[in-house]
Amino acid sequence: MHEFLRMLPFGVSAWLFVVGLYGIVTSRHLVHLIMCLVVVQTSTYLLLLGVGFKAGATAPIFVDVPVGTPAVDPVTHALMLTDIVVEATVMALLLALAIQAKEHAGSVDPEELRILRG
Amino acid sequence: MNTFLPATPVAVPLTIAALLAAVNQHINRRLADLLAIAAAGYCLWASILLMLRSSHMPIVYWMGGWEPRNGVAIGISFVIDPFGAGLAGFAAFLTLIALIFSLQYFDSIGTLFHVLMLAFMGAMCGFSLTGDVFNLFVFFELMSAAAFALCGYKTEESGPIAGALNFGVTNTIGAFLALSGIGLLYGRTGALNMAQIGKSLGQTHDGLVVTAFVLISCGFLVKAAIVPFHFWLGDAHAVAPTPVCVLFSGIMVELGLYAVARIYWTIFHASMAQFEAQTRAIFVTAGVITAIVGALMCFAQRQLKRLLAYSTISHMGLLLLAFGLLAPRAMGGLAIYLLGHGLVKGALFIAAGILLHHLGSVDELKLQGRGREATSGAILFLLLALGLSGAPGYGTFLGESMVDSAAETVHYAWISYIFMFAAIITAAAVFRAAGRIYFGWGPGIDQSQEEEGETDESRETTGGPSVPLTMVIPAFLLLLLAIAMVFVPQFREKVELAGMRFQDQAAYQAETLFHAEVPAYHAQPSEPLLPSIIRGSVSTLLGLLVAGYALFRKRLPSKYLDFSGGFGRALKPLRMIHSGNMCDYVAWLTFGVALFGGLFALFIH
Amino acid sequence: MTRRFRNLFFLASAAGFAVFYLWGLHLLPGFGHYPGPYGDVLNALSVYERHATDVITAVNFDYRGFDTLGEEFILFTSVMGANLLLRKQKDDKEEDPPLDLARDRLAPPTSDAVRVAGLALLLPIVVFGIYTVTHGQLTPGGGFQGGVILASAPLIIYLCGDYENFKRITSHVLTEVMEAVGAGGYAVTGLISFIFGYKYLQNFIPLGQTGDVFSGGTIALISALTGLEVAAGIVLLMISFFKQTLVYRKPGEERGDRNA
Repeated sequence: MHEFLRMLPFGVSAWLFVVGLYGIVTSRHLVHLIMCLVVVQTSTYLLLLGVGFKAGATAPIFVDVPVGTPAVDPVTHALMLTDIVVEATVMALLLALAIQAKEHAGSVDPEELRILRG
Repeated sequence: MNTFLPATPVAVPLTIAALLAAVNQHINRRLADLLAIAAAGYCLWASILLMLRSSHMPIVYWMGGWEPRNGVAIGISFVIDPFGAGLAGFAAFLTLIALIFSLQYFDSIGTLFHVLMLAFMGAMCGFSLTGDVFNLFVFFELMSAAAFALCGYKTEESGPIAGALNFGVTNTIGAFLALSGIGLLYGRTGALNMAQIGKSLGQTHDGLVVTAFVLISCGFLVKAAIVPFHFWLGDAHAVAPTPVCVLFSGIMVELGLYAVARIYWTIFHASMAQFEAQTRAIFVTAGVITAIVGALMCFAQRQLKRLLAYSTISHMGLLLLAFGLLAPRAMGGLAIYLLGHGLVKGALFIAAGILLHHLGSVDELKLQGRGREATSGAILFLLLALGLSGAPGYGTFLGESMVDSAAETVHYAWISYIFMFAAIITAAAVFRAAGRIYFGWGPGIDQSQEEEGETDESRETTGGPSVPLTMVIPAFLLLLLAIAMVFVPQFREKVELAGMRFQDQAAYQAETLFHAEVPAYHAQPSEPLLPSIIRGSVSTLLGLLVAGYALFRKRLPSKYLDFSGGFGRALKPLRMIHSGNMCDYVAWLTFGVALFGGLFALFIH
Repeated sequence: MTRRFRNLFFLASAAGFAVFYLWGLHLLPGFGHYPGPYGDVLNALSVYERHATDVITAVNFDYRGFDTLGEEFILFTSVMGANLLLRKQKDDKEEDPPLDLARDRLAPPTSDAVRVAGLALLLPIVVFGIYTVTHGQLTPGGGFQGGVILASAPLIIYLCGDYENFKRITSHVLTEVMEAVGAGGYAVTGLISFIFGYKYLQNFIPLGQTGDVFSGGTIALISALTGLEVAAGIVLLMISFFKQTLVYRKPGEERGDRNA
């Protein structure tokens, strides 16, 4: 049981990655597809936070606790913040493309957007 | 000077980009052009200076002045060696060329184009110079964000939207793969500095290291367009504006491969050393498949930009081959081949852009015979096709001969035939297009070719009878450099030494973390070039022959000699796979990661 | 590829991928066993060296500030890119007045209760946003989080009123300038370090008293600039998306056509 819990967050991370990909591959709507991309990204959040966690440690903010108190890794939090910003903005870009796809190609189904072939 | 110079190739273009965005609505177009060109020129100058200064000692620059404490890196570093600085300089140079080319090219653009181009360039410079693996990811994403937007620039058509979406979705997944790999490495070593991760991993080679290596490699190989991650490239290049294509094909895809090489030689080399033979076999196989698939697909195209795009895929396969040899002297050859190819390919895209400006089309069949008066265009196309075929005197030729001699040291001499094959077929495709467009040769359009998806794109300019000098000069300049680089004194030796430094993991760690001196390397004496000259000439001749055959097959005495139909039928499944559907592409991407992972796991476990 | 074949092909590949990925993941030290040293070193140093009690913000805006520069420019570039992609085409008309997209009815007016609630929320949101931006070095928060909070104020106005209300309080040009100043200011802050003979992005402002609002040196400055950039960037994104979906019409396109 202990071993199971030790690995659970990472297992969930792998699951999110694969299930997000599944969503993308089977998607029939661009907005849905882009949201599935967000699911894939969520996997990386979980992985980063998971590797930086220290059992029994507090948050790395030394206002109420003195310096030297065991605290979790601040670097992974910073990395994850970067990751979130990347996600939000790249999704905005892709959603803008999705709007234009509807506008100009008249469809948001990836199957019908096959304008470029062979 | 070393307190500020190393950071400026990133800081200056980003600052100018923000400035241009701030005055977006009020600035004169010409002033914006001037500022953007000045920024690109500055980056070029700074990168060359950095390249020269790092020739004896790498420049290790800690952002914010955060030097390592007891060998633990706490900040982000640029670790500048001639190899990385050279790539940054090449990125800046191509951006400069693309900006000059677009002076007369776009009819109506605000400063948004300049802003995105500058951000793109700053990201590419940072990507080449950084010594921190997460910073590599950040610049990868910055590069991608700018590239997606630039790719979809022509929003009034549906093609660019579809192309940019395919590009965006596949490359974003690639970035997540790389980030997952970085997360795994961080979980093991608690470090993000490449030198420190490498030192901390030492020679451990368990599943985690292999998984991290495969995930990061696959992530960057998506950008490098290696089969089966390559599908986005044909779509994105076919629809992006011409100046953007110059950057995409000339440097951006190559940087994907650079990242794989960088992480291998700084982080994973010691761990994977025991499995060098297997790693080599896997990468070389992927390279061979990519080179062949790219070449065949290239020959089957009629839309010029798409044709050039597949030729890029083929040449990326060759570059992966060169890296995958993991031979001591291969990186120098790779660098020269990369430069030679980037210059020739950039010029080819410009030549296609000139056709689009002049004649309003990039469809080889529709353009048949319409370029008869444009002598300079014909000369340009033919000379550039010679460059693709690796004819003696071009940078590609020198690079190939160096890679060949490196291949012999690891008993992979046969890869020179793959180089020849890719060179022959991709050059033949360009020869064929030039023969048809400028000389009117070959059979005309027939019924079966009418319905082939999108084969053309609309003008990017108002066009006109004359071609402005700002379009022609950049193309000839690139061509000239592709030839002149071979004759720079000591060029081969210097690049070879830079490549050897790139591949020295122990020295990299010591230099980055402990200010150690660069050990002395010795270039190999130049080998006799005669066999390479014969090989290059044969490739060129065969390229011409294949092109001639494709154009004049209908006039052959016996119709049994015309197996173009058979070729077309054999190629049909391959073309079907390139379906334009991003769901397919993502399925292939997953397959590719599983395949690479499975192979590495099998060999190493 | 047919849909069925693609799904089977994907499932087989994904199974392989998952097994491979788990093979690597199970060799991690395990949840709760962070190996160090990077984070531990920074936890020990940051309060003494930077006078910043929130180590995450210190990492973001100082120790790894260069990453954050790249990150800010990813935001900046994407906003510019979205702006470019959603721009008005040559033959687009501007619909007036811009209403919602329903074809067969006008948008129902927002109820007074919602309007009052929205208005009442505005001030606390703005205050909380500014607080979050300015106290990043002390407590959880900083430019990114605070910027998003600030940007939600115009969004509330849109939700409680309509596009016309939103347009009245946001200016495209001004937001664009603010966004560029936020992003450019970050890059320029780094360049200012050179004047003092320091490395790029090295701190040149007195660190102040630990626990004070004005502490942490450049961290506070960069955090404020980031807040400006994020808030303006998100508002700019909203403007671009609203304009493309509500205002611009292609020739011959009727209201609601796109919902069909």
